Amino acid sequence: MNHKTQAIDTNWLLIFSCWLIATISTLGSLFFSEVMELVPCILCWYQRIFMFPLVIILLVALFPLDKNVVRYALPITAIGLLFTVYHCLLFFGFIPENLQPCSQGVSCADDSMVLFGFLPIPLLSLVSYMIMITLLLKTRK
Amino acid sequence: MKKNNLVIMAVVLLVAAFASAAFLYTSQQNKSQENHAKDNADALIKPHSFRMGNPAAKVTIVEFMDPACETCKHFHPFVKELMRKNAGKINLVIRYAPFHKGSDYMVKMLEAARKQHKFRQVLDLMFETQSVWASHHNPRPEAFWDILEHKSYDIARIKKDMQNPALQKIIDQDLADGARLGATKTPTFFVNGKPMPSFGYDQLRELVNDEIAANY
Repeated sequence: MNHKTQAIDTNWLLIFSCWLIATISTLGSLFFSEVMELVPCILCWYQRIFMFPLVIILLVALFPLDKNVVRYALPITAIGLLFTVYHCLLFFGFIPENLQPCSQGVSCADDSMVLFGFLPIPLLSLVSYMIMITLLLKTRK
Repeated sequence: MKKNNLVIMAVVLLVAAFASAAFLYTSQQNKSQENHAKDNADALIKPHSFRMGNPAAKVTIVEFMDPACETCKHFHPFVKELMRKNAGKINLVIRYAPFHKGSDYMVKMLEAARKQHKFRQVLDLMFETQSVWASHHNPRPEAFWDILEHKSYDIARIKKDMQNPALQKIIDQDLADGARLGATKTPTFFVNGKPMPSFGYDQLRELVNDEIAANY
């Protein structure tokens, strides 16, 4: 009995890892906006909207483990991924400039999106969302 | 390892990483901003810039400001109070950063009032009545004429002096100098050429006090 509560099962680890990715992404995006003072473009904002709540709901689902969280987290993550994919297509020029919805205000596709000269922020977001979706899908009922 | 320990450890590590990265980034940024201001010191003050306080003072505050900016309005009495408390030791140089819509119009009014030696009074009045003419959704710099009229200023002369093309040159010069110095927000202060490490009343007071201590 005691042994059972102590052991960390795979599902818990998967959700924990997903929470870790969401938290790192959240802190990272807060670092960009609050410390580096990069103003988030509109598409960044939508990706943040679907990222920030994951930190809370996944954490709540860890104590005690609630596998049902996948049902709630997956749609949120999927919508976030859609925004990210769209943003990446825009950033890498697959969607022409004149179609971008954020030509006013902060551009979603300019150089301020690139960290250290080679790492585009939308790509980081894409990687985060893809890892999170994979982890959530791997969680067994 | 227990589950809750794992989560607590992750939280502690992540928060610590965030805080140290933020600290490193800002201190590095401050250093580079300080050097940048040093390299562009010639952009700080121009002969046309309006000065307040003792011209021989050893501490010079350069303020890039916009008459329509709320934070500038809040800082204005604070800076005056600093100057009053340290009478004769501080002088203030006003530079323009008219980023809001219609602000360049206000700057021209202010510069025209300066010709009548009414710069300070009109600037105070602009800040006092800012909510009337500077709504961000509907800025109406023209509304300030009624306020001036009410206070019996020589409006005809201000209107005439505002047409002087030299005023646009002053604005352009100030905007160019502000861009060189990285004054992208208003107000931006430089105290004896040094930028503020971070924005706030206390930071400005500290910077001024440091410079007073170093020069007097």
